[in-house]
Amino acid sequence: MVKYFKDILLGFWTIMVGMKITMDHLFQKKVTMQYPERFDPIDTGFMPDNSRNKLFVDIDDCNGCGGCERDCPVNCITVETVKTVPSDGPITIKSGAKRTLWVLKHEIDYSKCCFCSLCVESCATSAIFHTKEFDYSGYDRNELKHDFVSYSDEEKQKKLDNFVAYQIVKKQEDAAKKAADEAAKAAAAQITK
Amino acid sequence: MGNFVFDLIGKNIVAALVICIIPLVFILPYALIAILGELKIGAWMQDRVGPMRTGWKGVLQPVAEVVKLLQKEDITPTIANKPLFNLAPFIVFIGAFAAFAVLPFSEKFIPSGINLGLFFVFAVGSFAVIGIVMGGWASNNKYSLLGAMRSVAQIISYELPAGMVFLSIATIAGTLDMQTIILNQSGPIWNWYIFGGPQGGAIKFLFIPFFVILFIVYLISSLAETNRTPFDIPEGESEIVAGYHTEYSGMKFAMFFMAEYANMYVVSAIIVILFLGGWSSPFGTSFMDGPIWGIFWMVGKAFFFVFVQIWLRWTLPRLRVDQLMYLGWKVLLPLSIACFMAIAFLAMIN
Amino acid sequence: MERKFIEYDFGRVDSERMRLNVGPQHPSTHGVLRLEIELEGEIVTDVIPHIGYLHRCFEKYCEQMQYPQVIPYIDRLDYIASMNNEWPFVMGVEKMMNIQVPERVEYIRVIFAELNRIANHQIAVATFGMDAGAFTPFLYLFRDREMILNLFEHTSGARLLYNYFWVGGLAHDVPPNFKDTALNIIKTVRATNEEVMRLLMGNKIFVERTVKVGILPADVAINFACSGPVLRGSGVEWDLRKAQPYSIYDRFDFNVCVGSNEIGVIGDSWNRNIVRMNEMEQSCRIIEQAIAQMPNEGDVREKFPKKVRPPKGEIYCSAENPKGELGFYLVADGGNKPFRLKSRPTSFVNLAVLPEICKGYMVADLILILGSIDIVLGEVDR
Repeated sequence: MVKYFKDILLGFWTIMVGMKITMDHLFQKKVTMQYPERFDPIDTGFMPDNSRNKLFVDIDDCNGCGGCERDCPVNCITVETVKTVPSDGPITIKSGAKRTLWVLKHEIDYSKCCFCSLCVESCATSAIFHTKEFDYSGYDRNELKHDFVSYSDEEKQKKLDNFVAYQIVKKQEDAAKKAADEAAKAAAAQITK
Repeated sequence: MGNFVFDLIGKNIVAALVICIIPLVFILPYALIAILGELKIGAWMQDRVGPMRTGWKGVLQPVAEVVKLLQKEDITPTIANKPLFNLAPFIVFIGAFAAFAVLPFSEKFIPSGINLGLFFVFAVGSFAVIGIVMGGWASNNKYSLLGAMRSVAQIISYELPAGMVFLSIATIAGTLDMQTIILNQSGPIWNWYIFGGPQGGAIKFLFIPFFVILFIVYLISSLAETNRTPFDIPEGESEIVAGYHTEYSGMKFAMFFMAEYANMYVVSAIIVILFLGGWSSPFGTSFMDGPIWGIFWMVGKAFFFVFVQIWLRWTLPRLRVDQLMYLGWKVLLPLSIACFMAIAFLAMIN
Repeated sequence: MERKFIEYDFGRVDSERMRLNVGPQHPSTHGVLRLEIELEGEIVTDVIPHIGYLHRCFEKYCEQMQYPQVIPYIDRLDYIASMNNEWPFVMGVEKMMNIQVPERVEYIRVIFAELNRIANHQIAVATFGMDAGAFTPFLYLFRDREMILNLFEHTSGARLLYNYFWVGGLAHDVPPNFKDTALNIIKTVRATNEEVMRLLMGNKIFVERTVKVGILPADVAINFACSGPVLRGSGVEWDLRKAQPYSIYDRFDFNVCVGSNEIGVIGDSWNRNIVRMNEMEQSCRIIEQAIAQMPNEGDVREKFPKKVRPPKGEIYCSAENPKGELGFYLVADGGNKPFRLKSRPTSFVNLAVLPEICKGYMVADLILILGSIDIVLGEVDR
């Protein structure tokens, strides 16, 4: 019987305690951040420097090594490259190193990307990095694929053609060189004989 | 006492219609305010800001919600029992709405001043349970059925303590007429029943503890009758999805929703009438008293208890079915019966 | 007046039993879990959990992944305690490759793992309260969790799936104001916990709802290989941090919290949750000690191996996750990809005990018992 009344009083008391807590909170400062109007992350630099949001590829700085493509755990990066040819002249990437590959396609599929930052780690020239943009969307799945290469199709085709043409030239040159070498060798052998 | 509309335009059909419509005119804005209050108070208690987009600081949010509910598709499950399914929300709403027929708003306005007011409220209060069972059964959904069954058990068991409270007040007031009960308590604040009632002398202090207990008993049972937390087990969303209104959408759901809020006002008004002097001013008959102030006091006090209900909702967890029964039958009912007997005895020797 | 809920006699009632599907789209199954339950009125007579709605072939996938690429996938197992998830895998690979990580890295790992434990327990208690119908403590706890996630974001760059513990070190160094922020977090966590103890755990209604509900005896818990708060709530003092101290846990002074008979019965839902509440306090203590002992200088990336290629062999490495023991059995063939990676998922093992302990209770109790086990479906289904 004592426990019965004790339980009732305890129940009543704990409910009162709870009601006092919620009443206190009724007049406390609110913590909600009104998102589009007040958005600390960008305005005040609240978003940390290493925050992992939308990726960006500085294609002038990309040497087309394909490291990001290999290191991506979800295969969201597609890199297509073609070799440079001597007729392109001496070209470098932004950071000064010699460019040996034209990047014809560097596509990131954001619908697949898991923002793990492994591609950023693997990039030797820091061409791929995270931006602070995170709210992007599209009406179609294909709109979330972003190709960072700005060459037109003709330019790409031209680069491919250049390469193919250079391959043929090089083949001939190689063949000629080989023939010359062999001839020289034969001549040398003749001489030693 | 009486009805100023009849005084104004005579006893004709227009007057009758006006009297019917006045509570509805009250319920709709009240429901909007109460929904806003629920959203905002709930948010503030949780350190949030609540809805902020519609109107200034989100004050139009309930309007937006009603508009949303109006344009939503009205879905009826194919295997539902259609007549019952469609009828249920209206019956639930009628149950809440009918109680307004006898709720006084002020000295001069009560839609129907019958002298069995408390009994009428008690009777139509159990009307809603039929609608809930109909809705739960006709939905042909197991969750709805569970919710409906829980609701029946709950409302029936909590009507008994509530009935004992009504009985105690009727004993001391000698009437079931709400206007008379309020008139009994008019005058200074200590004439209210929670402070011992209008009688003077030392015996008044003997009354106080029993009235306070009855007040708490009725507050708890009113929460159970309106299906509010901690007694929202018929619709406990974490257990049985949404209980008896799982399958309802659009306007029919809005009817259930509105009935809940209307019921909140009804039980709050009953608390105010029984214990806190109804429309009478706390400063006695000389200050801020009169028919217009009466409306202010009546609605204001009732709104305070609506606030208490909202407050409790955002504080407490939910009871379980057997604990609900335990509380109803083994705690509230013995307490209320004991208080009733004590009050009856005291009233006799007074 | 001893109250009993469980002793119901249906011998005389001739009624039909109802089969009810709780989930996969149910408000409180904590994800896409389906419980097929059999009801006798409101009493649960049988429970069959159906899992696999979130199956992602984690283990098979890992065989196609280089070791660093596995870590983002491991994040997605128990996605509310990602830091803890990464640790056993990283630790196992480091052991195979014989890498001794720097002192500072160990301390940072301990601090982050314990912070994540706090965040996880906050979610566990909060959602448990919400299952019981108390909505407000949920938001108080989430408000504090936000601070922890902010610190994680400032450190690793992500808020939930960190990819932060790397083989041989950490992805980034901690921010400059790290120590102050962490101490500040501890202060807030303690204040809120005290409030939640009064508002939720001490509330009579909540106590009545949870005490004597879902009693899991210690022997059953051990037989079902339960771990974490589920096991400790049953009174078994088993914590991998104490039992097999990995990393630098032997340097800290903390207690293993176990359930007691004080308010509830050993092994009931209330005890499982009070263990979580107490563990948050113990985590706070560990963090305080770790911050005091932590070296200030040092490169967190200096021990990164050039190529992660563990030698041929196998290892089982486990750590005390917030939810229990998470282990990885790793077979390496000398290449840059795991030959086989078997995970011992905590939630999956703990969920297995559910049908055992919730028969004879009501539907409302079933939801609470499920909440008290604290599962994450990402880990159950993998």
